[in-house]
Amino acid sequence: MSSSLFEYAPAPESRSIVDIAPSYGLFIDGEFVDGTGESFKTVNPATEEVLTEVSSGSEADVDRAVAAARRAFTRVWGPMRPADRGKYLFRIARILQERAREFAVLESLDNGKPIRESRDVDIPLAAAHFFYHAGWADKLDFAGLGPDPRPLGVAGQVIPWNFPMLMLAWKVAPALATGNTVVLKPAETTPLTALLFAEVCQQADLPPGVVNIVTGAGDTGRAVVEHGDVDKVAFTGSTEVGRSIARAVAGTRKSLTLELGGKAANIVFDDAPIDQAVEGIVQGIFFNQGHVCCAGSRLLVQENVHDEVIASLQRRIGTLRVGDPLDKNTDIGAINSAEQLARIKELSDYGEAEGANRWQPACELPDRGYWFPPTVFTDVSPAHRIAREEVFGPVLSVLTFRTPDEAVAKANNTTFGLSAGIWTEKGSRILKIANQLRAGVVWANTFNKFDPTSPFGGYKQSGYGREGGRHGLTGYLKGAIHS
Amino acid sequence: MSDRLAVRKTYKLYVNGAFPRSESGRSYEVVDHKGHFLANAAWASRKDARDAVVAARGAFGTWSAMTAYNRGQVLYRVAEVMEGRHVQFCEEVAAGEGLSSSKARAAVDAAIDRWVWYAGWTDKLAAVLGGANPVAGPYFDFSMPEATGVVAVLAPQQSSLLGLVSVLAPVLAGGNTAVVVTSKERPLPAVTLGEVLATSDVPGGVVNLLTGDSVELGPWLAEHADVDGIDLTGAPTGRAMEFEREAAGTIKRVVRPPAAEPDWTADPGLSRMTPFLETKTVWHPIGV
Amino acid sequence: MPPVDDGRMTHVLDPDALSDDGRLNALPLAPYSDVTRSDASFRAFLHGLPGVDQVGAESRVAMLGTRSIKTTSKAWAIDTAISMVDLTTLEGSDTPGKVRSLAAKARRPDPGDPTTPQVAAVCVYGDLAGIAREALGDSGIHVAAVATAFPSGRAARAIKLADVKDAVANGADEIDMVIDRGAFLAGRYLDVYDEIVAVKEACGTAHLKVILETGELVTLDNVRRASWLAMLAGGDFIKTSTGKISPAATLPVCLVMLEAVRDFRAATGTQIGVKPAGGIRTTKDAMKHLVLVNETAGPDWLSPDWFRFGASSLLNDLLLQRQKLRTGHYSGPDYVTVD
Repeated sequence: MSSSLFEYAPAPESRSIVDIAPSYGLFIDGEFVDGTGESFKTVNPATEEVLTEVSSGSEADVDRAVAAARRAFTRVWGPMRPADRGKYLFRIARILQERAREFAVLESLDNGKPIRESRDVDIPLAAAHFFYHAGWADKLDFAGLGPDPRPLGVAGQVIPWNFPMLMLAWKVAPALATGNTVVLKPAETTPLTALLFAEVCQQADLPPGVVNIVTGAGDTGRAVVEHGDVDKVAFTGSTEVGRSIARAVAGTRKSLTLELGGKAANIVFDDAPIDQAVEGIVQGIFFNQGHVCCAGSRLLVQENVHDEVIASLQRRIGTLRVGDPLDKNTDIGAINSAEQLARIKELSDYGEAEGANRWQPACELPDRGYWFPPTVFTDVSPAHRIAREEVFGPVLSVLTFRTPDEAVAKANNTTFGLSAGIWTEKGSRILKIANQLRAGVVWANTFNKFDPTSPFGGYKQSGYGREGGRHGLTGYLKGAIHS
Repeated sequence: MSDRLAVRKTYKLYVNGAFPRSESGRSYEVVDHKGHFLANAAWASRKDARDAVVAARGAFGTWSAMTAYNRGQVLYRVAEVMEGRHVQFCEEVAAGEGLSSSKARAAVDAAIDRWVWYAGWTDKLAAVLGGANPVAGPYFDFSMPEATGVVAVLAPQQSSLLGLVSVLAPVLAGGNTAVVVTSKERPLPAVTLGEVLATSDVPGGVVNLLTGDSVELGPWLAEHADVDGIDLTGAPTGRAMEFEREAAGTIKRVVRPPAAEPDWTADPGLSRMTPFLETKTVWHPIGV
Repeated sequence: MPPVDDGRMTHVLDPDALSDDGRLNALPLAPYSDVTRSDASFRAFLHGLPGVDQVGAESRVAMLGTRSIKTTSKAWAIDTAISMVDLTTLEGSDTPGKVRSLAAKARRPDPGDPTTPQVAAVCVYGDLAGIAREALGDSGIHVAAVATAFPSGRAARAIKLADVKDAVANGADEIDMVIDRGAFLAGRYLDVYDEIVAVKEACGTAHLKVILETGELVTLDNVRRASWLAMLAGGDFIKTSTGKISPAATLPVCLVMLEAVRDFRAATGTQIGVKPAGGIRTTKDAMKHLVLVNETAGPDWLSPDWFRFGASSLLNDLLLQRQKLRTGHYSGPDYVTVD
């Protein structure tokens, strides 16, 4: 064992805690019911094993769900004492904590992300979102959002596959805390934790119809968004779909918040704490296999430290561990689907073709499942496609800058505006650059940090509206100050 | 009706996470609203108060340094455990205050719900009471609330659980630690609350409950140089002004008692948290 | 549905990522001999090293703390950790009898299992080094002696050097010195440096570990500076603590020191060892350290020549865990010896 990295023996998290049924229906009005649409399979992206079959919600199913949400809003949830709504949310938060391991394992099986991330990040944050919002339910008058904040009614929510349970929490918790009821459509490739969440709602004795889960693909999502009796639409996903949703609600009474794509710049100055900056770069683009809207997918490194940073980065990437998402030592899991893998490969090949230098550690990948190695493109120019288009995979594009102004200009030179990173030891520089960046979330000397109290959302084509914090409540309230 | 002889509870002080008797060895009789004997409660001395302040100061570093989320979870857990003691609390409140069982139940329900209300505040105070200040210069300027420190609380004399919770929970929600002098004549629910706190992940010393007389302990706490704030709600009639003057000697933050025992079911808003929160404002230049 | 076992399901992307393959030596070697020409230039050099973000360092350590070491890797790691222990007694009440007892344990940590590896060294005060040397015989276990007015380091230079020479004359083949923290915190870096150089000379052929006493240096920036200072001055090992104050060794401190030795080798070609000491009591703590070494400086440091644990009670916990792996059940204190 003298010069190769000490390989840890397999340390698999047991699957036995999870009990996946052979098939699932839809969760409408407090119970599981058969859908009227076709079923489709959901697979484990690490092995391509079929996990189960879920229903595809038809328009009729969506209609039923919205009707249930409306009834629950009018008769039960809307009139309920706010403190009681809070108590239900506290119950849900506590049950999520109790069943945390089960949720984490299921998330890794369905999504492909390493168990360490679902166990240490996704699920604890999801529970924290419910806990935080539970406390707001009876304190809205203090939130500084106007004199008499009222719920909008029924919220139609469509969430993506990259953080399935966390995105569910980001949508459902504030909606319920502010007095709305929801119809939620989880992503086609990752429905399972949402369906398990339905069980949690039952365990908490949540009144029927307050939360409805309708699984399906794009058509189901469209039905939810376009349903006439939905008051509020909340969407997280690609900018392309976000555009069509914005078009669809035009001229209606529906409120809309969108959390879309990004191409964040992670800016490293020459006085950055180098080891932590390298860690931050790695976290920024390889956390969750790069399937993160706010991923630091463009590294903007000051030219005078470029070689040193890249050498350190490559060395650090070599120590990442790829493989079985259920292995507790895995850092990089599987790509979520064959489609996504194809897209990543296509853009990467294009990157090489347009003249950037591709670097990947020489590594073995499993034959089955969807895998892509961490990849770094150096000598990338702002004009390259890989500097402009969201890859949504573990691919980092490296550009350089000479001065702070140039860093800001390059960082802002994008139609996206979700997030950015700044690495420097100098406080005033952090504040100055943060002020100049056109991004909704700026991380200084850290990256990819999330908290229920901290508002998250984008500028420009990364969307509008915020989730989390006091500001996140506004999207679900009438007569409140809209952000 | 069983012939079984009950095992009766002993009611001691709750200081630094433990249940000691008073160092003075004294106790006093607690009777119900009809004058019948209920229990002997420990009669806290000024030295017990002194020890409680030391404990509260010792615990302050830990309690205020926990994340707000963590404190919120601990306080919510207290409510969970209170719920489990519902029957015991109802009996003690009914006996001590002379309430019917349905009124006692309403008071206990309200006390638990009040505690849940405050548990949900811990991670929202900074957003509601703090913020960025748009100063007229190239500076990032922000203000944030911070816990004051050790707060002495003279708990209401009449409302032995709901009133107690209403003065104690807000102090804790802000990150302070507390030394509480309970209602003299109705101290038993407070001791049971101490038992709840001891079993709810609340670090020892964060809350200290002294059963005894605010006539005796009030002046010592009001003058104590290591107590940062004092809530005079349960001060003996006519003595509050004197205590306030004593507290002035160390510029303590003071909450005056109301003219009469208030309706504790009313919405408290922020009014019992803000007196024991400092505001820190920080400036930093903005420039490359 | 039965799980699909691929058989080779998780592994490191590049097993040679941290080995000395000259990748970073592609950068020009820095002329470090120049930086100690004056107090001012040494200060500029040390203050110019990259800073350490404390929160970032702590979160890296926390993430590495989640590594799960099982079965064969655990067995290897336990044996490696045992072989890295500098079994220590540094009490005013130490007697020859105590030292002999410790030496016997060092040679045969588990009387019930002769396959158990020996420890790396026995660490004692310099005046008892002779007892240790005699008791250890030809076992190959090193005798490490603390010197230079350990633990405070507050004495005149001549006294410190005499302390070192005495220990070496008694038979110590390793010297654990303490730096002058007062001088360091007052910014007299060259004085600290010169002292280490003098101690190294007084060591003769004995190998020198330089104790930084990171608990007194407090900031990770200082840990990095002190590490570079000690390495430039010729220390063979950099060591975290005396174990006499709290905090002693912490994982973030160890992380920064491992980064320093990694960077120093890349810059100069010279490999320096690391020894955390104090506060490492359980096998779990030891495992975390080995993971830190593995993923920071790399596997070249995973041997007693380059990494040691300064510990006393750790050894028994390692033995208990070793017994559990062998027998399959949890062991107990009666199955390990007091030392």
